[in-house]
Amino acid sequence: MRYSGLKVITEGLFGNTGWRPAWRNPAPKAEYDAIIIGGGGHGLSTAYYLAKNHGLTNIAVLEKGYLGGGNVGRNTTIVRANYFLPGNSEFYSHSLKLWEGLEADLNYNVMHSQRGLINLFHSDGQRDAFARRGNAMINQGDDAELLDRDGVRKLLPYLDFEQTRFPIYGGLLHRRGGTARHDAVAWGYARAADQRGVDLIQNCEVTGIDIENGVVRGVQTTRGAIRAKKVGIVVAGRSSQVAAMAGLRLPIESHILQAFVTEGLKPVIDHVISFGMGHFYISQSDKGGLVFGGDLDFYASYAARGNLPMVEHVMEAGMTLMPMIGRAKVLRSWGGIMDMTPDGSPVIDRTHVEGLYLDCGWNYGGFKAVPASGFCMAHLMATDQPHEVVRAFRLDRFATGHLLDEEGTGSQHNLH
Amino acid sequence: MRLTCPLCGPRDRREFYYYGADDYLRRPDPQAPLQAWDEYLHNRDNPAGVTRDLWYHESGCAQWLAVTRNTVTHDIMKVELVAAKGGGK
Repeated sequence: MRYSGLKVITEGLFGNTGWRPAWRNPAPKAEYDAIIIGGGGHGLSTAYYLAKNHGLTNIAVLEKGYLGGGNVGRNTTIVRANYFLPGNSEFYSHSLKLWEGLEADLNYNVMHSQRGLINLFHSDGQRDAFARRGNAMINQGDDAELLDRDGVRKLLPYLDFEQTRFPIYGGLLHRRGGTARHDAVAWGYARAADQRGVDLIQNCEVTGIDIENGVVRGVQTTRGAIRAKKVGIVVAGRSSQVAAMAGLRLPIESHILQAFVTEGLKPVIDHVISFGMGHFYISQSDKGGLVFGGDLDFYASYAARGNLPMVEHVMEAGMTLMPMIGRAKVLRSWGGIMDMTPDGSPVIDRTHVEGLYLDCGWNYGGFKAVPASGFCMAHLMATDQPHEVVRAFRLDRFATGHLLDEEGTGSQHNLH
Repeated sequence: MRLTCPLCGPRDRREFYYYGADDYLRRPDPQAPLQAWDEYLHNRDNPAGVTRDLWYHESGCAQWLAVTRNTVTHDIMKVELVAAKGGGK
């Protein structure tokens, strides 16, 4: 079924009885050409691009829970391409271009909203760093504008400009940055993949990976064994456990990132604002809630909930930057499990097992990468060659010293 | 989360700096092959369950602590002084 304005109107006139489920719910077959482990944003987009770009349709996505029930449903929905390092910047630039055509491509409203993203700076040194980053973004073919204090004040008059600790000197405006509706991204990819014949199998947990003589043969699951020539591990949050089934020890430590949302308010924040000095970023959802978060809890955890010190820290940072939000009531907070790599950048690569591929280590920046991650993982699984924009996302880069340390904070899991 | 420092008693999580898995206590020989150094510096078991990691009592006694805890429940089972174990950084 194709969605269109006409379809909405027709259904409205006839009692909305014609809508059908957005995807099938098939039983697993005995064998597939390729299996994707993980039905989150990255896994679903991998399946979609395998079918669309490479004509591989005898494939299955295996999800232990329900589609989109992991990190793609628990994030702050920010989409941007403001990276600096070669290796990262072309990847996120590619991703942003895919975002811009995504709704037409999927025939699905993911509510992609390019409302503009502003990174604030608070010193001369930071201004120089952001000017340099903006130039790198422009060289990459993306957009960036350096705003002075008045320029920021015009867009964000409600900030506390006079604070003594972090006075606002200006901001780097990335107009094509913004947000998208996170669940809709998962649902849109799921529906589009299903329409191309991909089997989306829910409540199917992978319990083992079958390997013979260094070649992958399939997987063991809670719904029986499934054979496959190629297997992709796309399970951010559980990467270490699934990779261990194939005898791999990954450069990943799992940490918790908390995020918060307030009650619905009238439109008040038009942009995505990031306040790096306070480890705070905020935007307003289309439903009205202020969505904000801060830094990691900074210790290994799978609890899917955080601890109070970081809650307090995030609230303090928010109040420092925009005292007006002190009146808003926080409705919910949640914690997502993040694959922290030592340099803060992801991995899309082959493994030592033939036919087994890995897409992991998204740290806390995986949402904006969903389209390009799937695009490039599909390219890797179909052709056995890395796509040109992910050549730097190597699994062995720590051993060889080819780090992608975007923050320049060092090579240790708890620093990113 | 609170950690019970063997020297200072139960203290708030904010007094401590988290360093990482206790793999850091098993530094390879300087002449060890590259692979051993890569494992030591980067690769981790990263268990969902009981783990052992290192914390520094930054705002307390300035001791390095080896903490045994559960990463799923946040239960702390054991806190030991790295120095008392003969480990060293």
